[in-house]
Amino acid sequence: MEGQKFQMHETSTNSQLLFWFFGIAACIKLLLVPSYHSTDFEVHRHWLALTHSLPLTQWYFDETSPWTLDYPPFFAYYEYILSFFAHLIDPQIVDIHRGLNYKSNTVVYFQRISVIVSDLCLLYGVYRLTKNLESRKRTLMWVLVVWSPGLIMVDSMHFQYNGFLLGLLMLSISYLQEGRDLMGGFFFAVLLCFKHLFAVAAPVYFVYLLRHYCWKGFLRGFGRLTSMGVVVMVVFAAAYGPFLYHGQIQQVISRMFPFGRGLCHAYWAPNFWVFYITLDKGLSIFLKKLGLDIQAPAASFTGGLVGDSPSFAVLPKITPIATFIMVLLALFPCLFKAWKNPQPQLVARWIAYAYTCGFLFGWHVHEKASLHFVIPLALVAVHSLEDARHYFLLAIVSCYSLFPLLYEVQEYPIKVLLLLLHSILMWHSFSAQTTKDPAAKMAVSAKREKRSSSLGALDATVEKERILIGWIGKCYLFGLLGIEIWGQFLHPYLLGDKLPFVPLLLVSLYCAFGMIYSWIWQLRCIMIST
Amino acid sequence: MEKKGKKKVLKDMADAVNEDDDSCWWFVHKGIESSFLCIAVFGLLVRATVSLHPYSGAGNPPKFGDYEAQRHWMEITINLPVKEWYRNSTNNDLKYWGLDYPPLTAYQSYIHGIFLRYFEPDSVALFTSRGYESYLGKQLMRWTVLSSDALIFFPAVLYFVLVYYRNHSSRRKSDVAWHIAMILINPCLILVDHGHFQYNCISLGLTVGAIAAVLSHKDLVASVLFCLSLNHKQMSAYFAPAFFSHLLGKCLKHKNPVLEVSKLGLVVLGTFTIIWWPYLNSRDTVMEVLFRLAPFERGIYEDYVANFWCTTSILIKWKRLFTTQSLKFVSLLATVLTFLPSMVQQIMAPSRKGFLYALVNSSFSFYLFSFQVHEKSILLPLLPASLLATELRGPFELLMHYALFSMFPLLCRDKLIVPYVALYALFFLLYFTPSGRKDAKIHNSTTLTCLSILLTFLYLCSLLLHILYLIIHPPKKYPFLFEAMIMLLCFSHFILFVSYTNAQQWMLSRPYTLKDKEKKLN
Repeated sequence: MEGQKFQMHETSTNSQLLFWFFGIAACIKLLLVPSYHSTDFEVHRHWLALTHSLPLTQWYFDETSPWTLDYPPFFAYYEYILSFFAHLIDPQIVDIHRGLNYKSNTVVYFQRISVIVSDLCLLYGVYRLTKNLESRKRTLMWVLVVWSPGLIMVDSMHFQYNGFLLGLLMLSISYLQEGRDLMGGFFFAVLLCFKHLFAVAAPVYFVYLLRHYCWKGFLRGFGRLTSMGVVVMVVFAAAYGPFLYHGQIQQVISRMFPFGRGLCHAYWAPNFWVFYITLDKGLSIFLKKLGLDIQAPAASFTGGLVGDSPSFAVLPKITPIATFIMVLLALFPCLFKAWKNPQPQLVARWIAYAYTCGFLFGWHVHEKASLHFVIPLALVAVHSLEDARHYFLLAIVSCYSLFPLLYEVQEYPIKVLLLLLHSILMWHSFSAQTTKDPAAKMAVSAKREKRSSSLGALDATVEKERILIGWIGKCYLFGLLGIEIWGQFLHPYLLGDKLPFVPLLLVSLYCAFGMIYSWIWQLRCIMIST
Repeated sequence: MEKKGKKKVLKDMADAVNEDDDSCWWFVHKGIESSFLCIAVFGLLVRATVSLHPYSGAGNPPKFGDYEAQRHWMEITINLPVKEWYRNSTNNDLKYWGLDYPPLTAYQSYIHGIFLRYFEPDSVALFTSRGYESYLGKQLMRWTVLSSDALIFFPAVLYFVLVYYRNHSSRRKSDVAWHIAMILINPCLILVDHGHFQYNCISLGLTVGAIAAVLSHKDLVASVLFCLSLNHKQMSAYFAPAFFSHLLGKCLKHKNPVLEVSKLGLVVLGTFTIIWWPYLNSRDTVMEVLFRLAPFERGIYEDYVANFWCTTSILIKWKRLFTTQSLKFVSLLATVLTFLPSMVQQIMAPSRKGFLYALVNSSFSFYLFSFQVHEKSILLPLLPASLLATELRGPFELLMHYALFSMFPLLCRDKLIVPYVALYALFFLLYFTPSGRKDAKIHNSTTLTCLSILLTFLYLCSLLLHILYLIIHPPKKYPFLFEAMIMLLCFSHFILFVSYTNAQQWMLSRPYTLKDKEKKLN
């Protein structure tokens, strides 16, 4: 009885702490309301107007604005619900014609605050995921996720609803880890109907659920397969049913998968294709110097704008199918492992790995997609020093690769400070975690033992703490600083307006090295796990 | 060095046992410096985000606001010779935001003006730049404040914290971190400097540096720093009685008081001479500057400030009943009389804590009773109060609440309501940090229940007034009804607070002497 009471008290103070973290983040997000927002802001505003003022049958046909609805139906429903509140606050927000490019304070505050409130979903996901962790690891995880600078930059400045969607992913993972596969599958299906980009992890889910949930003898297994199938189908029917009923499913699909877009986004996400393109450019310049006649591709060097199809001078052209196959190939070892030994404890790692593969080899990848694996990896990171080391580097690289999103002068100090704060917090908490556990145990014994012996042991822990990041990692991070200084100060100073794409290219290339490292590290981790 | 490190780790381990369930462990375990670093970066982040919001007088010609004043001073100082900075001439119209702060502010404007000129020459061009507002110009101006904060206020606070906790090594680390957060994330200071637009961080930072120097017994350094602060904003004189009395009290305890006093005097004179050097060649130039610094022509109060004169003017029309001359005298007398007790205490028994209390008391008596006080002057008493945050706890929270509230109308005018709300919430979140509450005992004795009921009542009133002020238009007959009510509430709280701190300061001298005696006996 007593113990139960104590436990209840503990959980209440813990959720209080979680809300405290959330409150601090919310204050910062509230202060960020007037900051720069990208066209995504108008995209989401237009979707509010579109869902509010048009009947469902026209949602995926509307062309009032270039920002057509290209998310799956659940997201449209979500906007539809939001639009009611928007209508209460200012009817002009949801007016499909008068609302175009509407920029008044009401719409800015409404949309910004809707992001802050929808982050509660992330909060619940994280809470569920960390419920059974020991209190230190839990706190650490909260720091990493709730105060994630990437999420703040993308959601509260650039403007998107990633926190909410990642919350769904966390929920799904938390159910899988508890062994409640049906619920896990359900939430993943829901997530897919909110944003289809999350489908990259679908093979992992499929293999894992098939093996862990359904592979239970013939009859029972078949029953389970059916129930899982029914759950997923119900979710998809709820999302796509109305459109299927109206015979619009083809239109919906074509809006959701605009393959007319280029291999890379306007700013190249730091993935494998950056190397490919750079190699192509390098080769073409080299061969031209040799006197060969190389046809210059039509797309400009900085190209990759929406609608640009990639063209290479020397290397073979990349098609969406090719990228798809590459992602699957990269996923294969993970799928194999998941098939051989489906463990709930490793699910988070596998899912994160799947998103990493999607990020590295996918078609038209946004730099924002790195959040899809950085956030779930936070769960893995709190478990061991090895993982912490990897996460430390990855989180910094991923956050830094988001810098070009906020290119205006006004936000410069904010993004730098966000990254700096996160690095310091990670450094503090990881080293605290790695030193505190043995230290705490030792202190108890040290009380009775001689001082000299405890000092010797202490040295070891101190040394262990020091190598949170090795010299290669340090050099790499200092290189990051160098790239930033070059891009911001030296390049404009030395070269003026010449070669304006070089700083961005450097950021992409340099961060791509970190991403590739993270991919290899994760792959190795998955391969050696038993 | 090595040994020290080991000792520290040992202590860490001891703490680890004691604070096993401390939810701040992950962040404070490395000691004061690293938790300071963390909070400082967070503080800078908060400041940078606040500076996204509008400044005072944005897009509001012809007079604009403090932002334009600061920009205009940069324009004047980089384009005119030093001698003409304070002189009315064809190039320098003193009626349009003439320079009315001491020379150090002018030098600071000069340096910042050069910075602005490098990136955007138009923003500080003579004449043509009046009312200049641009995207880049705003960023540059904001960055000058941000960098001043980072370069002066933050290091000063670090110095203070290191000195203050040098002898309190047994204190819980999360308490130290909490204290740092209370000083650095001061919503009033952030809103005025990074929202409204001023450079209080410089003069207050110099004052904190001076306080830290006093606490570490480097009295000469303290005098220099305080003189610098005084020469950046004459308002720093609010602290002068405390510094004077504490240093004097310390000198009197020495073997040779006259020597000590004259050393301090020489340092003060020297600092003043260096700062005022360009104006020292004739009496006229000095008087010119001095005349600019003393705004006696403005009347005893402006707008609605929660001090004695303004609040009582609801009943007694001071401005009509008395001449400015006699008001000056009366306000001076009232100020002196109110800070005298704390001065006497410090001269008789100078102590570290007593000094901090004296700073609160003397600055509050200036705020409440002196001539020409502005709403923003609440920052001055708030600073030493935040340095005493671990001592004051409950009363400090209330003080912060009312200090913010007293600036509410001003911040509303500046369109800073959202940062006001966000910083208010942030402050209270930090104040009630889940682990930092263990020894926060807010008056539980029965004698104080009456007072606590009154305080709760006032608190609720103030929350209600916030909402009323925003939603309801006051009746036409009394257009400033809400302002007057806010002022009345804040004033009554300030009076309570200052009586409390005065009492605390005097209580200090008794146990202090007792302890001393015990020590001697031992």
